[in-house]
Amino acid sequence: MRSEWEGFVPGKWDREINVRDFIQRNYTPYDGDESFLAGPTQNTKDLWDQVLDLQKKERAAGGVLDMDTKVVSTITSHGPGYLDKDKETIVGFQTDKPFKRSLQPYGGIRMAEKACSDNGYEVDPEISEFFSTHRKTHNAGCFDAYNQEMRACRSSHIITGLPDAYGRGRIIGDYRRVALYGIDRLIEDKQAQKDSTGRVMTDDVIRLREEISEQMVALKMMKEMAASYGCDISKPAKNVQEAIQWTYFGYLCAVKEQNGAAMSLGRTSTFIDCFAERDLKNGTFTEEQIQEFVDHFIMKLRCIKFARTPEYNQIFAGDPVWVTESIAGIGVDGRHMATKMSFRYLHTLRNLGPSPEPNLTVLWSTRLPQNFKKFCAKISITTSSIQYENDDLMRVTHGDDYGIACCVSSMVIGKEMQFFGARANLAKCLLYALNGGIDEVTKKQVGPKYRPVEGDVLEYDDVVAKFMDMMEWQADVYVNTLNIIHYMHDKYCYERAEMALHDRDVKRYFATGIAGLSIVADSLSAIKYAKVEVIRDEDGIITDFKTTGEFPKYGNDDDRVDDIAQEVVHRFMTAVRRHHTYRNGVPTTSILTITSNVTYGKATGNTPDGRRKGQPFAPGANPMHGRDTHGAVASLSSVSKLPFKDAQDGISNTFTIIPGALGKEDKVFAGDIELDLNK
Amino acid sequence: MTQGRIHSLESFGTVDGPGTRYVVFVQGCPMRCMYCHNPDTWAMSGGTMMDPQEIFNQYKNNEPFYKNGGVTVTGGEPLMQVDFLIDLFTIFKDGNVHTCIDTSGIAFDPDNAEWMEKLDRLLALTDLVMLDIKHIDPEKHLELTGQPNENILKFAEYLDQKKVDLWIRHVVVPGLTDDDTYLYKLGYFIGGLSDLKALDVLPYHTMGKVKYEKLGYKYRLADTPAMTQDEAIAKKQVILDGIKARRKEDGKKEET
Repeated sequence: MRSEWEGFVPGKWDREINVRDFIQRNYTPYDGDESFLAGPTQNTKDLWDQVLDLQKKERAAGGVLDMDTKVVSTITSHGPGYLDKDKETIVGFQTDKPFKRSLQPYGGIRMAEKACSDNGYEVDPEISEFFSTHRKTHNAGCFDAYNQEMRACRSSHIITGLPDAYGRGRIIGDYRRVALYGIDRLIEDKQAQKDSTGRVMTDDVIRLREEISEQMVALKMMKEMAASYGCDISKPAKNVQEAIQWTYFGYLCAVKEQNGAAMSLGRTSTFIDCFAERDLKNGTFTEEQIQEFVDHFIMKLRCIKFARTPEYNQIFAGDPVWVTESIAGIGVDGRHMATKMSFRYLHTLRNLGPSPEPNLTVLWSTRLPQNFKKFCAKISITTSSIQYENDDLMRVTHGDDYGIACCVSSMVIGKEMQFFGARANLAKCLLYALNGGIDEVTKKQVGPKYRPVEGDVLEYDDVVAKFMDMMEWQADVYVNTLNIIHYMHDKYCYERAEMALHDRDVKRYFATGIAGLSIVADSLSAIKYAKVEVIRDEDGIITDFKTTGEFPKYGNDDDRVDDIAQEVVHRFMTAVRRHHTYRNGVPTTSILTITSNVTYGKATGNTPDGRRKGQPFAPGANPMHGRDTHGAVASLSSVSKLPFKDAQDGISNTFTIIPGALGKEDKVFAGDIELDLNK
Repeated sequence: MTQGRIHSLESFGTVDGPGTRYVVFVQGCPMRCMYCHNPDTWAMSGGTMMDPQEIFNQYKNNEPFYKNGGVTVTGGEPLMQVDFLIDLFTIFKDGNVHTCIDTSGIAFDPDNAEWMEKLDRLLALTDLVMLDIKHIDPEKHLELTGQPNENILKFAEYLDQKKVDLWIRHVVVPGLTDDDTYLYKLGYFIGGLSDLKALDVLPYHTMGKVKYEKLGYKYRLADTPAMTQDEAIAKKQVILDGIKARRKEDGKKEET
């Protein structure tokens, strides 16, 4: 074994690239409580004050502090940047200084220009000229291939949020590989992969060989970039500080080259803990030092920034990066995977204060240790900054080394990736079904000219039949649009850094998404159980509804309507599955529009459930606001009935509750604690 | 089976008894407490008629959530619907579920033998009673709720005889129910109850106000501020002092 690996239990991992094997043989489950944790060091406090100050300045400057307009960002385009070199234990920024946003035109030059001009900057004309004339972008490629129908669907928002002008994101490199193996070993492995491709030069083989070459270039650049910070990542990390640093460098390369809709980190905490345990045992570092490394790492992740337009920020309700880190979960051998490092990561929410980024996500299982569960609950109550995902559900398909990209998209780290596909507006599709493909807002014929509904009262069976037909059409144009998008993204904006940290043959998920599920379910329920009369405008287009009578609403654990929601998801997924997908991606769908539900609502007319034109959709798979009247469990129960097998890219539910409603504060309330009255 | 007149069902109750509970709000209450935050449950008519089995089925759908909790019936005044409660709790006890009644005790009718027989049957099916004593002083109670408190206090003693686990709840409202003398007296009274398991002091809040506006009722506490957490903790201590004093005296009596 290599000297850097001394003290680790050997296994398959020391002969092949296999991080999971390393973790399983070397991690230490932790059942104890939080009492071992260390607070922030003075250096941590000083550095964080600096970041807070920069944040303040950034807000004062209107949201952007500095933008690069001259240097196209690559892994090695910028020299090192620091907050305070002497105090930072984990280093690295996207550009040569903190809070300076990089220029990334490969997704689309117009988007890059607009992101600058909207924020008061101007892209160097030479760069604009270069990317308009000499070097095609992903965005230009998409529009070269789109047909009329795709453009019409795009502008009417029946298909929406498409990643055709910006980076698709959602790909997680196995950044841990950098720490465990060092770059040289990874390059050797890539060379072997290239040497092992098929000998017949089909399109697929040619593309693969070119991609592996790109990946090897990226790996070499990573080494060079790290060297500029004085780190030699050609070899494995020797201790926990290096393990964190090497891992972060891997991630940093990805965000230097890709301005993706979600740039997630993976599942690093338990991996890193193997190094921390070894160092604690050897006396290399103290707990306080280790926490400091973690705090500085998380601090860096909080400083990841991209140049984006106000419209983009409107879709995503802010300026999110989705640096999602997946924590804990249960191993397939039955041992839980909560380690001291899982505590340390969450503890940063106290050492540095609450923050939405990185998106710390606990892979929850009923079988996690009680102390860890309590700790999570405590941190959630005080910081509202933890996301929870159902490990018991996902472990079945993904095993115990998957991570979450963005908010819910699960993938096995380094072995699976996803083509992000935005979403189909199902609420609008229902209205198209009623109006024979005419858009209720623009009055244009966007969809196929199917027979619209006749008569004044909607008949359930008739509407469902028409809706299913329209959904088939929608899925058809949607999947084909995505096929173009991903073809062009691979061609003009390939994620070489992330893919360099994947196996040769990855499983590609072809993700689609649904918006407006609860509206469709409630609308169909209204048509079935109440009376819905249509109101037509002067052109005979249905633009409003008059609903009389009560109807069951999604979100109350009522099977009459919950069944409708399940059926819609199943039928949509079935329609998607019937299509050819780019690179034989495995089709999945998600129900997760956590923020963009507001803009989708703006583009959608009145719906039969009583929602008015322009009103927001519910986020993700949530029931419509205020319609779940039986409390949280009933509401969650409706959501949990949605079939995961038909929405494998994830189902999200946004849950807000005031602390008081989670139980009374123990000082006022004796509760189930017996009164001690004899003192 | 007797149907219940139901105001609403809450699937995630965390403040009405131990653990996470399925909470049944019944419709109808004879009390008119000035600070009531559920005035929409007052009317004896309205609500939805529901079978006990139907309610149990809804509970059963999500049973794993309630494994450290159970079911609580509140309202409205549950004891106005004793027949329904007996049928409901019979089913829940068959399902081995922890049962709890949150009551004002106003319906207690010691002179009505038939009602008392039913009450005994119900208490045999009940794991916990949360009794909300609005005021210890008879006149103040009448003023505050529109009803006397004589039978309510008798009910507390009756529960004690029957060895039913008991929580006492008390809402402290600034200027109305926060007088230390009365709080001490309240403590002194409940100190005599041997099956007292917990004391639940609830600080008054103003969240009920909007409901009055919606219903077109006059809200008599429009000018009363919410009680702070710290104040409530201090008030709780006064009640506890009363409890301890009573316990001490009773202990001495036993010794002599």
